[in-house]
Amino acid sequence: MNTTATLGTDNMAMAAVKKPTEGTDVSPFELAAEHATVGSFEVENAKMSIKNVNVYYGDKQAIFDVSVDIGKNEVIAMIGPSGCGKSTFLRALNRMNDTVDGCRVEGDIRMDGQDLYSPKLDVVELRARVGMVFQKPNPFPKSIYDNVAYGPKIHGLADTRVDLDEIVERSLRRASLWDEVKDRLYQAGTGLSGGQQQRLCIARAIAVSPEVILMDEPCSALDPIATARIEELIEELSQNFTIAIVTHSMQQAARVSQRTAYFHLGQLIEVNPTEQVFTMPEHALTESYITGRFG
Amino acid sequence: MTKLTFENHIVTQFDGELEEIRTRLMEMGGKVEQQLQNAIKSVAEIDSAMAEQVIRQERQVDEMERDIDEACILIIARRQPAATDLRLIMMVSKAVNDLERIGDEAKKIANHAIILAEQDGPSKGYTEVRHLGKSVISMLANALDAFARFDVEAAMRTLNEDQQIDLDYKTALRELVTYMMEDPRSIGRVINILWVIRSLERVGDHAKNLCEQIVFVVKGKDIRHQTHVARHDH
Repeated sequence: MNTTATLGTDNMAMAAVKKPTEGTDVSPFELAAEHATVGSFEVENAKMSIKNVNVYYGDKQAIFDVSVDIGKNEVIAMIGPSGCGKSTFLRALNRMNDTVDGCRVEGDIRMDGQDLYSPKLDVVELRARVGMVFQKPNPFPKSIYDNVAYGPKIHGLADTRVDLDEIVERSLRRASLWDEVKDRLYQAGTGLSGGQQQRLCIARAIAVSPEVILMDEPCSALDPIATARIEELIEELSQNFTIAIVTHSMQQAARVSQRTAYFHLGQLIEVNPTEQVFTMPEHALTESYITGRFG
Repeated sequence: MTKLTFENHIVTQFDGELEEIRTRLMEMGGKVEQQLQNAIKSVAEIDSAMAEQVIRQERQVDEMERDIDEACILIIARRQPAATDLRLIMMVSKAVNDLERIGDEAKKIANHAIILAEQDGPSKGYTEVRHLGKSVISMLANALDAFARFDVEAAMRTLNEDQQIDLDYKTALRELVTYMMEDPRSIGRVINILWVIRSLERVGDHAKNLCEQIVFVVKGKDIRHQTHVARHDH
């Protein structure tokens, strides 16, 4: 794993002031080629701070010089066309890319100031602190109880059975699943409906008290009602957790997030408050994408 | 921002729908402009027949407002528009309301034209109606032109015409008061004229709203309720 030192602040400043000039004839594609992220990519109260990150799969570069902060207790949505690198970027945040052969991450990713790519860092512990929820609900082939209890057990978060029971109940309640499963905790998690399975995965993720939850298209396999429940849950969870969500649904991004980041061909084009992105995006490429003008 | 465009959606029907509401708004604008022109003419030329025609047109304008509004709601429900598309739809929905209100004012003017035609007496105040009417029609035409081309510069210029109209309105009011003081027998007639110029002043306000909405579509900035100086800072 390659990790390079943080680049000087000069580069950051340059990226910050480069904005598409109104009335110029510069095409949006040329602007994108200049690596100019527009908008407010730095926040005051940053939980995670990502600076000049490049990700490669072998020779192929997937992420180009991305810098962005993720604020504490913020929900940040990442949108962009397929293959734009938003999932790759998300997976770099808890080193899920470590498991991919030939994948290389350069740059600086920090949580509360701690370098997440430091060789001294315990990756297992990191993934407890930065939990992840995937596109397809993937409960373990175990009981509902064991699905949630697994994490706290292996991380030694519960000393007694009573403690563990309490963690399981609290996590299921936070994931708005408790009332639906409290009478069948020892039945298989895989027997639940798709929406319930996804909430079970969220309960499993929050059982180890993570600080950040990464969600990679958590609703794309769910119907609108199940989606609405997850979205409501995201809103509630954001009071205690920092959430980064990748979504293909722009309406979802508009509904759940405070800031939206638009990725295009591996570059972070724009990060801005969500209400601005969906009414008055700063970059022409963002505008084209959210108004449905992309091939 | 690059040039404003409402085309090139992946879903080409969406292009057509946006084009459709724009075209229909322009049609409605043309209708209302003509209605206002005829209303002013019916006062100035004491033409009751024309005034009645203006009153009849009001219903068509109401229907246009309702139809365009419906089309806007349908697009929102169907396409979940964002950014410029969303701003255009919100603008059109507000603009039809302003145009309908201009139609209302034209109808009020026409009503007064009929009353004035039935009354005898000196023809005081007609110059003021003609003068203010000319400025207001010009402002409305400029606002509609600016919308057709999404021309922010033209919209800002037109917006400021409202100040002159307000000034002319106040001057006209003072003159009408003088007429009434000079000849109390004219009070009944002059009050009708007064209502007419009041309506014209209101049309100026609605035309100003249209201009503000054009700026909102193109720039995404809400310049309503700002002072003259603040507006020019944009």
